[in-house]
Amino acid sequence: MISEEQVRHVASLARLGLTEDEIREMGGQLDAILDSIEKIRQLDLADTPPTANPLNLSNVLRPDEPRPGLPREEALSQAPDPVDDLFAVPRID
Amino acid sequence: MDDLLNLTAHGLSEKIEAGEVSVYEAAEVANARVEEVDGDLNSFVTPTPELALERAGRVDERLRNGGVKPWEVVPIAVKDVLSTRGVRTTCGSKTLEDFTPLYDASALANFGEEPVVVGKSNMDEFAMGSSTENSAYGPTRNPWDLNRVPGGSSGGSAAAVAAGEGWWALGTDTGGSVRQPAALCGIVGLKPTYGRVSRYGLISFGSSLDCIGPMTRDVKDSALLLQAIAGHDPRDSTSANVEVPDYVAGLEGGVEGLRVGVVTELMDERIDVGVREVTSRVARGLEAAGAEVGEVSLPHAYYALEAYYIIAPAEVSSNLARFDGVRYGLRVQADGVHEMYRKTREAGFGAEAKRRIMLGTYALSSGYYDAYYAQAQKVRTKIIEDFREAFSRYDVLVSPTSPSVAFEIGAKTDDPLAMYLQDICAVPASLAGVPAISVPGGLSEGLPVGVQLMGDHFTEPMLLRAAHAAETAAGFEFSPRP
Repeated sequence: MISEEQVRHVASLARLGLTEDEIREMGGQLDAILDSIEKIRQLDLADTPPTANPLNLSNVLRPDEPRPGLPREEALSQAPDPVDDLFAVPRID
Repeated sequence: MDDLLNLTAHGLSEKIEAGEVSVYEAAEVANARVEEVDGDLNSFVTPTPELALERAGRVDERLRNGGVKPWEVVPIAVKDVLSTRGVRTTCGSKTLEDFTPLYDASALANFGEEPVVVGKSNMDEFAMGSSTENSAYGPTRNPWDLNRVPGGSSGGSAAAVAAGEGWWALGTDTGGSVRQPAALCGIVGLKPTYGRVSRYGLISFGSSLDCIGPMTRDVKDSALLLQAIAGHDPRDSTSANVEVPDYVAGLEGGVEGLRVGVVTELMDERIDVGVREVTSRVARGLEAAGAEVGEVSLPHAYYALEAYYIIAPAEVSSNLARFDGVRYGLRVQADGVHEMYRKTREAGFGAEAKRRIMLGTYALSSGYYDAYYAQAQKVRTKIIEDFREAFSRYDVLVSPTSPSVAFEIGAKTDDPLAMYLQDICAVPASLAGVPAISVPGGLSEGLPVGVQLMGDHFTEPMLLRAAHAAETAAGFEFSPRP
């Protein structure tokens, strides 16, 4: 069983605000989903390697050469609260 | 002009090439159709009629000088998860209600410099869902029955194609989101090999699973649209550096001697009887056309849905971290940055997005990582091994696309698990990264049934040829609805 305290902990890890109703509901729903997933934990896969990418790509690199990026005005054009040509955030606590 | 609505995309392209009709006229027909039916269907979050006409006019001008690709002349609907320069892109989410991308997604840029986009189509928020009911912009309705869902998450694209709001569409498929809505709306939906189409400019859901794919009226349109969008892209490090073959040329080559395996695990009692019957009938049709049809087992397909519902939420919980109210999207002001993050994300995300963030964060958190995420990645390896074994004996695997026909709006919204079950037939191919296509196989309960064909990595030419034969065997005639 996932306790309300665990739900609050996970929400805090995800920086996700939840209402009290959502917290109560979420616990039960996550339980049901995790129960349904339980059967893969029964498989003995100790000797099976994990797959992160179906084409088994690793370390795809491009040449380390300078290229033009987005102009500053464009990069800031979608920002909800730009200040002095910069992305601004509230006080960092 | 109404008869233009009945053409396939390749049929329209030929007419335009022959000078019988202009791109501008085609765009007008599409716009009029959106005007006529979209009040009922809600296929589009943002219709773009003026943009379509403006660009159509310019494509017409370029046609006089030649050098226009056959697909560029055909108006297209684009799922609202793909970035479109200067056109707002919501991803079905409140958090991107006012977001206007600065560039076109590579898939769209490959299609053409100025794609004739009729609109940005509706979708489940951040592509998470199987019914398009998780959109902040209201559900899309199925053109076959307005009380039913079109499937999801590319439900807007599927409904648009089925209704003739444009001749074809781009969708995206993470765990069936092109194939299942295609099946439920009676059209063709292709999920290409993972990496075949660049993901640059696609708003990420599950980065090891996401694929952009064509949603079309027939298999030939699917081949043509894949031709338009496929290719390596240095801006997507997971895009495959593999030559793009001609997908259209060999399409009608037939299936004589092709080895076709019907997947046992995806034909059991979890699948509605009517859906199984249509699938078997299409398999027999392939046999009659000369294929060698047998049965094949993917033993770990029984664990695919469970592995998927750990891997996909884990990846999305990480990908959605970027919606933090700093660089773009919604911000809810608060005192202190952490409170701003929490309030912004609480207000911006809908219920399913929150559920998946929670599930994914839990599965990745300290103490649970090995039990859930690492275990799911190992199941993924087993599923890939199953496919490898199956493809040593068969060229193409066949199964239903979805366990049922279109269900009623609201029928599964209170039960996330019931909704997730819609994906059981689709997720094995997603986890293995192999190409899979859904072709309309016939009707059950008066509604369309999709049959899924799967091939090995990068075998799209063969897969499309088999799909063309399946389409011919099924004899399903497309006509716009309602």
